[in-house]
Amino acid sequence: MSPVIDIKNLSARTAVSPILRDVSLSVNAGEVMALVGESGAGKSTIAKAVLGILPAGIKVTGGNIFFEGTDLLALAPAKLRELLGVRIALIPQDPLTSLNPARRIGDQLTDGLRLRAGLSRKAAFDRALSLLNDVHIREPERVLQRYPHELSGGMRQRVLIAQAFSLNPHVIIADEPTTALDVTVQKQVLRLIRDMQREHRTTLLFVTHDLGVVAQICDRMTVLYGGKVLEQGATAEILQNPQSPYTRALLAASPRYDQPEQSLKPVPEALIAELRREIGM
Amino acid sequence: MLIEARNISLDVPDMGHQVLIGQRRKLRILNNVSISLKKGETVGLVGESGSGKTSLGRSLLRLYEPSEGQLLFEGQDITHAGPAQLKPLRRRMQMIFQDPQSSLNPRHTIGNILATALKLNGMDAGETSIAAILDRVGLPSSAIRRYPHQLSGGQRQRVGIARAVALKPDFVVADEIVSGLDVSTQAQVLDLLRGLRDEMGLALAFISHDLSVVRYLCERVVIMKGGEIVEEGQTAEVFARPRTDFTRTLIASIPLPEVTPGWLDETPLERARP
Repeated sequence: MSPVIDIKNLSARTAVSPILRDVSLSVNAGEVMALVGESGAGKSTIAKAVLGILPAGIKVTGGNIFFEGTDLLALAPAKLRELLGVRIALIPQDPLTSLNPARRIGDQLTDGLRLRAGLSRKAAFDRALSLLNDVHIREPERVLQRYPHELSGGMRQRVLIAQAFSLNPHVIIADEPTTALDVTVQKQVLRLIRDMQREHRTTLLFVTHDLGVVAQICDRMTVLYGGKVLEQGATAEILQNPQSPYTRALLAASPRYDQPEQSLKPVPEALIAELRREIGM
Repeated sequence: MLIEARNISLDVPDMGHQVLIGQRRKLRILNNVSISLKKGETVGLVGESGSGKTSLGRSLLRLYEPSEGQLLFEGQDITHAGPAQLKPLRRRMQMIFQDPQSSLNPRHTIGNILATALKLNGMDAGETSIAAILDRVGLPSSAIRRYPHQLSGGQRQRVGIARAVALKPDFVVADEIVSGLDVSTQAQVLDLLRGLRDEMGLALAFISHDLSVVRYLCERVVIMKGGEIVEEGQTAEVFARPRTDFTRTLIASIPLPEVTPGWLDETPLERARP
């Protein structure tokens, strides 16, 4: 099976320093891949590179991002725009800043359906209604008339999930989609993403810093530090038997309510120094 | 008891309800809450957003004046105490804020921020004593001349802790102080807080949405929902034998970093109400 997303030797840098170093990873159709790491690991940068929304200060210095065989980095902007949002969609981290506060949910949810899928206003609203139903929102007719601030955080995140799935994309990039939510809501939203992903056979690239979330929803995982891939493989195997000392250290630093006697160990400074030397930071 | 809240309630004007004449309707955000802390004791205040955990923390510091009930500090009733009566107590009751970025003045150096807190409370604000405080929270003395934006998130949180403990308080409220940090930094900050608590005999109210962190740090836990306490007890006991469905749901919602087949499907998928 050929991968849907195939990143080969991707490097990127800011004006002062490299932030992605020779990153390679591939994700097969219908698979959920986690990008894991602490702040500065480069996980969001990879996501933004795939979406073609790298900030102006960051330049790709080498490598390829193949989407179904096409190199996104070599694609003309007009061609790229045909793919983004349609074939490759995003579930963003912060549902409040990702929705326009001045427009009703219905208008925002139907934009893509009307402008990209060419549906009539009536057809787009019908489709939006069934999408809100799919993401388990009660009384979707009323929600279409609401403004973002009138919804709870969990509801807003459901709206964004509906929006991401609205054009049946092949790939969805979820950038810390549950970080801002309460744990009970997080569990429901994770389940919803997983259910929708399975039903539509969507390939999912899941950016998170939470190893608990990775364990429960991702088939495979990529552990990053300083823009470099340290470890990659099946989630169950890595969490049970991590090969990289850094992955082991991350696990030892995460508190677990079922292991309270276990003291928390910060990632040792000696290990960080060694990693930075190896990477060339 | 160092600090004791007896059946306190807190009402705020309901800003969502417009009135033309007369008083706004009241919204009760804390309802009949009782909690007490001894010297050296740590209580976790846990709940989801809107549960009232932060309002309770601030009420314990008498930053809010309770609408009903009684608040006692070392047996002294401070429920409706005025500024003059509270002034000598303020130094002894401190708060560490969630976001050090917005709770440290960006135009002041770290040295200045700490010196201000010390001077206002008539304490020694000399460079050596500030350097000693910074050293205790694991910051280099060179941080004195730095500005908040020149520090990392973990370092800024250490400054927030330094500002609170520099005043040698008896009671500290820590409001979600590790929620924005990476796990490794979180482990360091928790370790620091634990050390300071043991060394200074602090009574600590630790507000958090993260039950794993609370399980690690707090001997007692209070679970809140809708402005009320739904369950409280020894942390080990509450985790081993939760008495309410709400607590059980909270615990069952924490994803553990090991593949747990069927975990996501455990509970019925609820429909979100508009």
